[in-house]
Amino acid sequence: MLDTALKPLLEVRNVCQSYVTGSGDVGALVLDHVSLSLKDGEIVGMLGRSGSGKSSLLRIISGLAKPIDGEVTFRGQLVRGPFEEIAMIFQSAALFPWLSVLANVELGLRAKKVPRREARARAVRAIDLIGLDGFESAFPKELSGGMRQRVGFARALVVNPEILLMDEPFSALDVLTAETLRTDLLDLWVEGRMPIKSILMVTHNIEEAVLMCNRILVLASNPGRISAEIQVNLPHPRNRLTAEFRQLVDRIYALMTRRTEPAQPSGPFPGLGLGMGLPKVSTNLLAGLMETIAAPPYRGRADMPALAEHYQMEIDDLFPVAETLQLLRFAEIEEGDIKLTAAGSRFAEGDVDVRKRLFGDHLRTYVPLAARVRMVLDERPSHVARAARFLEELEDYMSEDYAEQTLKSVIDWGRYGELFAYDETSETFSLENPT
Amino acid sequence: MSSRIVALASIGRKTLPNQFDLIALALIFAGFIALVHGSRGMVLPLQAPQSSVTLDYANLPYYALRTTLRMFAAILCSLVFTFTYATWGAKSRRAERFLIPILDVLQSVPILGFLSFTVTFFLGLFPGSTFGAECAAIFAIFTSQAWNMAFSFYQSLRNVPRELNEVSNSLLLSPWQRFWQLETPYAMPGLIWNTMMSMSGGWFFVVASEAISVGDTTVNLPGIGSYLALAIDRKRIDAVFAAILAMLLVIIAYDQLLFRPLVTFSSRFRVESSAGEYEQRSWVIQLFRRTYLLRAIIAVPTRLFQSMALWRLELPFHAEFSEEANRWKERILDFLWIGTGLLAAAFAVGLVYRYVSANLSFSEFGLTIWLTFLTMLRVMALIALASLIWVPIGVLIGLNARLAETIQPLAQFLAAFPANVVFPIAVVMILRFSLNPDIWLSFLIIFGTQWYILFNVVGGASAFPNDLREVAAGFRIRGLDWWLEVVLPGIFPYYVTGALTASGGSWNAAIVAEYVKWGNDTVKAHGIGAYIATATAAGDYPKIVLGVAIMSVFVILFNRLLWRPLSRLAERRVRLD
Repeated sequence: MLDTALKPLLEVRNVCQSYVTGSGDVGALVLDHVSLSLKDGEIVGMLGRSGSGKSSLLRIISGLAKPIDGEVTFRGQLVRGPFEEIAMIFQSAALFPWLSVLANVELGLRAKKVPRREARARAVRAIDLIGLDGFESAFPKELSGGMRQRVGFARALVVNPEILLMDEPFSALDVLTAETLRTDLLDLWVEGRMPIKSILMVTHNIEEAVLMCNRILVLASNPGRISAEIQVNLPHPRNRLTAEFRQLVDRIYALMTRRTEPAQPSGPFPGLGLGMGLPKVSTNLLAGLMETIAAPPYRGRADMPALAEHYQMEIDDLFPVAETLQLLRFAEIEEGDIKLTAAGSRFAEGDVDVRKRLFGDHLRTYVPLAARVRMVLDERPSHVARAARFLEELEDYMSEDYAEQTLKSVIDWGRYGELFAYDETSETFSLENPT
Repeated sequence: MSSRIVALASIGRKTLPNQFDLIALALIFAGFIALVHGSRGMVLPLQAPQSSVTLDYANLPYYALRTTLRMFAAILCSLVFTFTYATWGAKSRRAERFLIPILDVLQSVPILGFLSFTVTFFLGLFPGSTFGAECAAIFAIFTSQAWNMAFSFYQSLRNVPRELNEVSNSLLLSPWQRFWQLETPYAMPGLIWNTMMSMSGGWFFVVASEAISVGDTTVNLPGIGSYLALAIDRKRIDAVFAAILAMLLVIIAYDQLLFRPLVTFSSRFRVESSAGEYEQRSWVIQLFRRTYLLRAIIAVPTRLFQSMALWRLELPFHAEFSEEANRWKERILDFLWIGTGLLAAAFAVGLVYRYVSANLSFSEFGLTIWLTFLTMLRVMALIALASLIWVPIGVLIGLNARLAETIQPLAQFLAAFPANVVFPIAVVMILRFSLNPDIWLSFLIIFGTQWYILFNVVGGASAFPNDLREVAAGFRIRGLDWWLEVVLPGIFPYYVTGALTASGGSWNAAIVAEYVKWGNDTVKAHGIGAYIATATAAGDYPKIVLGVAIMSVFVILFNRLLWRPLSRLAERRVRLD
């Protein structure tokens, strides 16, 4: 008994994964020698921001993707592809719209040649378990987001997996629906009514992780690696308002915003110099966050969990904004707090012209790509440059999608800071704004 | 909105023709030449089956049935082609390189011009039997239908949402199961819409392919097309009207019994998760849902299909991860593959060149270019004219929801009606009033295809967001400003779809419309269509090849340089959703 409890169900050893760049070569690392194990009877959460490779890791564990290095074993057996004992739950539920609820749940069994009658009985049981009875003949488009995700759960449970992998299963739902679904799932888990032995979930919601997990792995970004492991020993059902709960949340915030080590001079975003990938953050959000931090009650320094709660933002919404401010030296992030710099305060107090000038200056100084676009435009007698040329340069460093997003961010920020103009139709940068 | 699927399906990322297009073009033409060479070696002269088409009205229902059956045989072939060719193209990176450009070029080749080749080939294959002639007709219809269906299917297969793919992986679906459970259903709405559009376009080809004269060989298959040809030959205007009426009834039946039910049915496969949009209603579907007997009849095939879709059919070697791909091996294979393609293309170019140059002079070359240019002017002028007329009317109809609901299906119906059935009436008028054929025959080119512009614009205008209309009203934007700044940009993507389809159809129509007959009187316009039609009547194969080749090149350039940039602009700039 003791033996089986100690022996891990699933083991991940030194797994590495990398981006594929636009030219099809192996690019920067997404996962850097990640190791973890999953034991019987625990819910493990992987907490990280976008870019920490948590979804990639989940896909490697499920056998959907292949790592470039390292291995995954289930009960000592090497994972070489998707297999029956692991079921996956997707962010968007990913139901087949042309199949009814029942048919969606049955599909996995029928594909394995489980006899018709048995498949039907098992599917009906799973549907009942997850609280969907009465909806068997409904089609996904008739259901609300929460109901659809329930179908996703039933579909995963019906094959009697030992491990359930969940990829941000609640993040596409509204707050109330997500909470109901979380507690329902926890009830099933605590009461032992599911055949599942262990759950591994990816999330970017710190409270969700603390609410549900026995163990939380914090992933650092660029490249993704496990930077901390936290045991959560609170008994279920957990109360979000207790002091212990709040303390844990604060501690994880602090862990996730720890000053980047000197080994990472590039700051929060992957890549160096021109190859720095930029997040999609609107200038409105940047300005709004600076104003909020400057105003009371924060007066220049804000606790990030409080900010997040106040604005109902999850870390994936809040962190990129905060980190962009850090990149532009408008703010500093430290131990779960965000503090405006002198320039940040000036921005918050200034009028539109001051803000634009300040933003443009900082953009040019601290974002190499923006500086480069501007330099090329200045050097050319025509003051015109095609976007494709920068995009191709970026694709040497990162995937096509990421390159596109990075360029879009620079276009957006550059327009706001009036560093340059951009014409969408001809896809060219220029120095002239329409008069 | 369903009407948009058709254009987007045919738009790639590239604009200018590239090396693969040239390879594809060469291969296609060499293929046709080889076809004729091969079949001419087999039997000479051609023996056409004798048939007895009469102008008796009582025979018309039977002829209509034969025409319809031909159509269904062709659509079946097109579906088989779609499921194999497009799947191969989507699954194999190497095959894709050649298959997709070939498909793209085939889309632009005015297939009607090759009717003579295919007829020769099939008659040669089955000398003296009706079967050969039937095959030729069915093949002609097939060539008018298959390409856009295959294109749509290919694009759907390539765009299956990633998460759904991952689900089917983690549910351990076998490739066969995945194809039927995920990929085919996902491709359904696009495929059904394109199949229906193909059938609409196909009626034109059925009519054109039933009665064909190549040189001294005349093929007459029992059907409405042959009936019409005979009516023209005998100058029987009453029979022409009878044919029109019969065709009308066939199209109504097709529209009500097939088109509408299927389009309604396909809405089930849409992935957008929200319900709503505008639901097409169909009384046939209602009937099926309500009638126990009908449900029971379709239950058995449905059950069979469902169990077939669940076969595993796994290959003996079960590859979980594709083994570590050897980079060098891959590169060498790529190199060999492309090399073979290039060699085949070079050989094909040589064959085409030899064939054409052995039989034709250089001046002929110049002549065809000039004639194609004339036809192009005609197509452009008429599309412009049709747009000028139908865009304003379509917008006004579309903005009135109730009117749109009745006009939209009517326009779709008219688009399906084969315009060549009414050609004789136009010819009689031209002869009667001795009109200039260069001008008046031109209208026939657009006659059947203008409806595509109308129903797409109506669709666009009815989808035009109400709040934008209210903003315009609030700012008192009226008159020309309202048209130029508000409505026209809003319907632009829909208009491009319609005009693109109309222009494609018009090029094909030119081959039949520039050279028309009434008894012994022939009316000819100056253009490449008339050139090809004359060459066909004379059985002059080199001229046909040259004419169609030049025309194809024009069509491809026309599509790439005009329609694709416009579609891309529509996609990027003026999308409302």
